[in-house]
Amino acid sequence: MEWDWEFVHQIMPTLLEGLQITILATILGAAVAAAVGLVFAILRMVAPRPIARATSFAVEFIRGTPLLVQLYFIFYVLPDIGIRLPALVAGVIGLGIHYGTYAAEVYRAGIENVPRGQWEAAKATNLTARQTWIHVILPQAIPPMIPALANYLIAMFKETPLLSAITVLELMNQAKSIANSNYRYIEPMTLVGVFFLIMSLISVFFLRWLEERYARVDER
Amino acid sequence: MIDWSGYIGLILEGAWVTVQLTLMGSALAVVVAFAAGLGRVSRFTAVRALATTYIEFFRGTSIFVQLFWVYFVLPFAGITLTPLQAGVLALGLNVGAYGAEVVRGAVKAIGREQREACIALNLSRYQAMRHIILPQALPLMLPTFGNNAIELLKGTAVVSLISLTDMTFQAQVVRAQTGSTLIPFATILVLYFVMAWVISLGMRWLERRVSRGLDGVRV
Repeated sequence: MEWDWEFVHQIMPTLLEGLQITILATILGAAVAAAVGLVFAILRMVAPRPIARATSFAVEFIRGTPLLVQLYFIFYVLPDIGIRLPALVAGVIGLGIHYGTYAAEVYRAGIENVPRGQWEAAKATNLTARQTWIHVILPQAIPPMIPALANYLIAMFKETPLLSAITVLELMNQAKSIANSNYRYIEPMTLVGVFFLIMSLISVFFLRWLEERYARVDER
Repeated sequence: MIDWSGYIGLILEGAWVTVQLTLMGSALAVVVAFAAGLGRVSRFTAVRALATTYIEFFRGTSIFVQLFWVYFVLPFAGITLTPLQAGVLALGLNVGAYGAEVVRGAVKAIGREQREACIALNLSRYQAMRHIILPQALPLMLPTFGNNAIELLKGTAVVSLISLTDMTFQAQVVRAQTGSTLIPFATILVLYFVMAWVISLGMRWLERRVSRGLDGVRV
C-alpha cells in the first residue's frame, strides 16, 4: 500500500482535534498528579506510623500495576458504586493517581536531600516551622525536583494514548476511528507516531535545558 | 449466583500469556539493550548514530503507538505477525531502548583507571569489555533493569488492545459475560502486583549473585 498525501491532508484536522484532547488530558493529569503526589509524600513522611505504612503500600501497589487496568477499574468499577464519571475525567484521575505516586517519590527525595545541617541551622537561628520550610528547606528542595518532574510529565504525555481504551477521543482514538472507517492504517498510525516523536524530541531538549538550569544547585 | 471457578480459570490462562510475554519480551529487551547500549559507546560513528536513532525513536513514542504500528502498519510492508509476536517485538524493542541507556550509563561509570589498566595489560577491546568492564558494570545495571522489567510487565496490559488474550483481555471477557466489574479487575490488579513483587525479589537475588566477589572493590 502506498503512502497517500491526499489522505494525510484530509485526516489532519481530525488528528489535530485529537491532539488537543491529548494535551488537555496531559495538563489536567499533571495538575492532579502534582497534588496527589504531595498528599502521598506528606502522608508518608509525617503521618502516624500505620497510616504512613498503608500509604507506602498503596504507592507500591499503584506503581506495580498497569495504568490501563487502573483506568478500566476507575471507568468500569466506580459506576457500580454510584460514581459515574465522564471518560475524560476518569482518564485524568487515573493518570493523576498513577503519576502522583512517581511525583511523591520525587518530592520525598528532594526534601530528604536537603542536608541535616540546614534543619539544625534553622533551629539554631530560632526560625519557626513555617519559616524553616518557606525560607530554608523548600528553596533548596524544589529546584532539583524540577527536571525529574518534567521527565515524568513527558512520560505521562506518552501514556495518554491509553485513554483511548476508555473511549476518550484523543489523538490515538481519532486515528483508530479514521483507520477503521477508511481501512487505511498506514497514514493515521504513522502520523500519530510522528506527532508523539516530534513532541517528545522537543520536550527532551527542553528537559536538557531544565537540567542545566536547575539540577545542580550547589555548584552554582 | 455466578459460578466463578470457570472465570478464574480464564483469568489464570490470561496470566500465563502475560508471564510468557514478560519473559520473552525481557529476553529480547536484554539482547537489544546490550547491542544498542554498547553501540552507543562504539568507536564507529555510524554504529553510534544508528544506536542513538533507535533509542530516541523508541523512547520518544509510547509502547501503545509502537504496538499498533507493528501490528497494523507492518503487514502493508509484507510482514504479518501474530499478536503474540507483535507484542513481544514491540515490548522488547521499547524496553530495550530504555535498557540501552542503562547499559551505556553503567559502562561509562567504570573508572578511567580500569580502561587504562586494560591498555597497559595489552588486552584487546573485546577482552577488556568482556572480562574487566562488564563484570563491574553489571551490578550497577541490575537495579534499574529490575524497574525496567516491572515497566515491561505493566506494558503487557496494552497488548490486550490488539486482541491478544492476556490477563487484561480475559478480565474484559469476564466483565462482558458476567456483568461483574469489581471481581475481575480487582483480581488482575492483585495478580499484576504479585508478579511485580516476584520480579523485584528475583532481581534482588540476582544482584546479590553478581556482586559476589566485588565486596570492597566499590562501595
